[in-house]
Amino acid sequence: MALVLMAVPRENRAVFRWGAILATLGSLVLALFVFVKFAPANDPTSINHGYAFVQTADWIPSLGISFHVGVDGVSVLLVLMAAIVSFAAACCAGGIKAREKEFAILLLLMTGGILGAFMALDIFLMYFLHELALIPTFIMIGVWGRGENREFAAYKTTLYLSLGALLALVGLIMIYLHYETFNLPEIIHRAQSEPMTTGQQGLVFALLMFGLGILVGLWPFHTWAPLAYGAAPTSTAMMHAGVIKKFGLFMLIRVALPILPDGAQQWLPVLAWLCLGNLLYCGLVAMRQRDLNQLLGNASVAHMGFVFLGIASMTLIGLTGAVMVMVAHGLLAALAFALSGHLHHQARTLDMDKLGGLLTVMPFWGTLLLMALLAGCGLPGFANFAGEITVFFGAWKTLPLITGIAAWAALVIGAVYMLRAARKLLHGPRADDAPHTEDIPGWHKLPFIILLGALLLFGFAPKLLTEKIETARESLEHVVELYNRK
Amino acid sequence: MNLSLISLEIGVALLGVLVLLAGLWTPPHRRPVLGICTALGLTVILALLVKQGLSVEPLTDSSGGFVRDGLAMFFKALFLLAGILVTLLTMGFANRLRTGGAEVYALNCFALCGMLFAASANSFVMLFVAIELITITFYVLTSLQSHRLRSLEAGIKYLILGAAASAIMVFGIALIYGSAHTLQFNLIADGLAAGQMKQLLLFQLGALLLLAGLAFKIAAVPFQIWAPDIYQGAPAPVTAFLAIGSKAAGFVLLLRVLYTAFQVQPDGPRLLEPAALFSVMAAATILFGSLCALRQRNLKRLLGYASIASAGYALLGIVALNERGASALLVYLAGYLFAIIAAFTVISILTPDDEEEDLSILANLHRRSPLMAVTLTLAVASLAGIPPLAGFMGKFLLLRAVIEPSATFPWLVGVALLGVVASLYYYFGIIREIFWGTGQWWTEKTPETAAIKLADSQVVVLMVCLLGMLALGLYPQPVLELANAAVQGLFGK
Repeated sequence: MALVLMAVPRENRAVFRWGAILATLGSLVLALFVFVKFAPANDPTSINHGYAFVQTADWIPSLGISFHVGVDGVSVLLVLMAAIVSFAAACCAGGIKAREKEFAILLLLMTGGILGAFMALDIFLMYFLHELALIPTFIMIGVWGRGENREFAAYKTTLYLSLGALLALVGLIMIYLHYETFNLPEIIHRAQSEPMTTGQQGLVFALLMFGLGILVGLWPFHTWAPLAYGAAPTSTAMMHAGVIKKFGLFMLIRVALPILPDGAQQWLPVLAWLCLGNLLYCGLVAMRQRDLNQLLGNASVAHMGFVFLGIASMTLIGLTGAVMVMVAHGLLAALAFALSGHLHHQARTLDMDKLGGLLTVMPFWGTLLLMALLAGCGLPGFANFAGEITVFFGAWKTLPLITGIAAWAALVIGAVYMLRAARKLLHGPRADDAPHTEDIPGWHKLPFIILLGALLLFGFAPKLLTEKIETARESLEHVVELYNRK
Repeated sequence: MNLSLISLEIGVALLGVLVLLAGLWTPPHRRPVLGICTALGLTVILALLVKQGLSVEPLTDSSGGFVRDGLAMFFKALFLLAGILVTLLTMGFANRLRTGGAEVYALNCFALCGMLFAASANSFVMLFVAIELITITFYVLTSLQSHRLRSLEAGIKYLILGAAASAIMVFGIALIYGSAHTLQFNLIADGLAAGQMKQLLLFQLGALLLLAGLAFKIAAVPFQIWAPDIYQGAPAPVTAFLAIGSKAAGFVLLLRVLYTAFQVQPDGPRLLEPAALFSVMAAATILFGSLCALRQRNLKRLLGYASIASAGYALLGIVALNERGASALLVYLAGYLFAIIAAFTVISILTPDDEEEDLSILANLHRRSPLMAVTLTLAVASLAGIPPLAGFMGKFLLLRAVIEPSATFPWLVGVALLGVVASLYYYFGIIREIFWGTGQWWTEKTPETAAIKLADSQVVVLMVCLLGMLALGLYPQPVLELANAAVQGLFGK
């Protein structure tokens, strides 16, 4: 789709915006179709057991790399979430006033890349498409970013994320060298009969955990995240915080856990303690922020702690919860960054000390932000609550101490910074020199409504999520079994 | 000697002579025609080569010094492609050379001829003659801009250091001859296998000196010191040719010497501990190149250091000492060709007065010429190894090759990763200047904004490089197959 846009001349500014919106709408419709029609192959003997919509085409046969895609119960949710967020991000790209053509192309490249990465069943393809989605982030921050810091932010993000991706790549190559193929279902199938040695597994798992951890913002490798989100243009922050960041977690669940159960045994306890760093440390940092985007950036890193906790718990319920949080947080992060982007577009600042009483000036925006912040502290009714509570249930069994601390962090610290932001921005006196701001006009409300609607829908009916994850139950259970084997 | 075997080389040399002669009767304003003729001639020769087929049955001439096999053909195609692109690139540059117009095309042809011979060398005589042909031509080419002090300086430096390297190498060859009593690769291999080598120590010393000479060609530590100076001083098209042609020639000779003459194998008889030797060399080369490039602001010098780092990555393919490593090296060089020529094309266009080569000349490039901006961005991204470009495939394959025996050298992978991250930093600096550079902040000068008009030949070069980088990155299968077939002759005996 991006290729089609490149052919359109530069003059037609509107074409690119509408083209991007239509293209992402198209992928949203397709994702919905996949979501509704999802029926995994139910044939335990087949290698495609548990997957649906499998497509294969040769790509680089001499390396055992093929264009192999398909979805299972976990990725179908992420694909749907990614499609929703991409559509919303394309709608929110209206603030970009320079070089729309390039922006639209990069945005679509990102969307296509990450959707493909979630669907890929070939490890190389997965990595390749993720990189394809990641690279535009750096360019977008550098070219269309805001603030004095954008160059530094672009540099730092590039270096951090590339290092993470490279570490993961080394791990993946080591898996490849053992199994001589990149075909994921086949590797998982063979992982039982011909596992890698425990030492190898430990090394590869560490490479993947820290490599992907850098991509996700695992404490203490998270410092790029608030900086990047503070400097990124709205759509980019939505896409990256919402969708692309989830890829690291997805790959951890999809590749690392089933193939490297022994490695997981060595490293998951470490991960459990590091996730406390995310929850507590980043939560506390978020409390002290005065800039809304910095706060949201730190909060989004903190929320990743729940997912890590769910993974580290290694129970079926914990993993289910982790996937739910991934979906919920994707929607929430996109919504929050879209809202802050609108505010920045209007007020040219996000300093919470300078703004106040916005609820009266911008009632629609204010209500949405309030909802987003409440969802962020895990209020029942939002999808986040459903996911977080599931993670706690799962983690309580295996990691009671850490879960106890984490629950405190989630409830207390989360509530403090989220409510503090709500008080400062929405209520309180309006400063005399406060910049003029306007509410979100007409159809521009649509992306916000869709995001919030999805959050509430999944919050009140988490069954929509769990019943899909249920279909992947076997593979998740299998993972847990392998882990607890010894 | 079977002349049809060396028809390509004869063709290229004849073309050079013809161009030189034609130059005598061509008035200065008609000189670009010579460039077009040269490029066309080389294209015809490349077409002939493709018609012969890239994967041919190995053929050796009667004296055994010249071999035509898959590996030779792969490199010949690579060199010819580089030669065509560099000739086109030179056309846009020729009016800045001031000294005649015909010699530069002719010299390019002669250097190319040397590279073609290097690709087929099967004895130390052929190896030495080919290398000397390349190097001596480059002494002249480097100092071709005789009105520029820097160009002359580079020429002198290259002459002195190159001559020293040649002397060391020829001494090494003499020692090898003294102990092996033959100069042919196959016979040396037979002698080694039969254990007839009497003075093994002498032989090893000779091999070491020979490798030093080859390491000079590929600019590997500790023989890398010339690269930044020469890259900076030489005219941009010459630098491009030097960067890909001379380096690739060094690598093909290295492959032949190691695998055909010395029969090096990971578990074979220990001769010089090649894996350890090359891994230390690769690591030092990557680190030196990457670290020196970090704070560099002169564009050509920066690429000079970057090319040292690239040589280090390419050496990773040798460290593995197996088929995979060698074929990864070939794919890497193919991707490197497009990226480095694209980068130097842009540089040659952007530096009209030949003095200002600071990074700040790139400012506003995306407005002045979107094609150049996109090509240079993709070129450095490819050099940095970012998917979906050719460089990613190359680095991926090299890493794969070196991770396999990582049981012995896990630290080498770490160094390589460090180098990649460092390279992202300095390559990203180039991209930053292109898109949001502010020119020379230390002077009052505002950056140029006038659009740049490209000559047709330059557009052709840029487009070919652009397509080459994307094609190799997105669909590497054909090149991979060729590379795999090419290295089979080395190992499949």
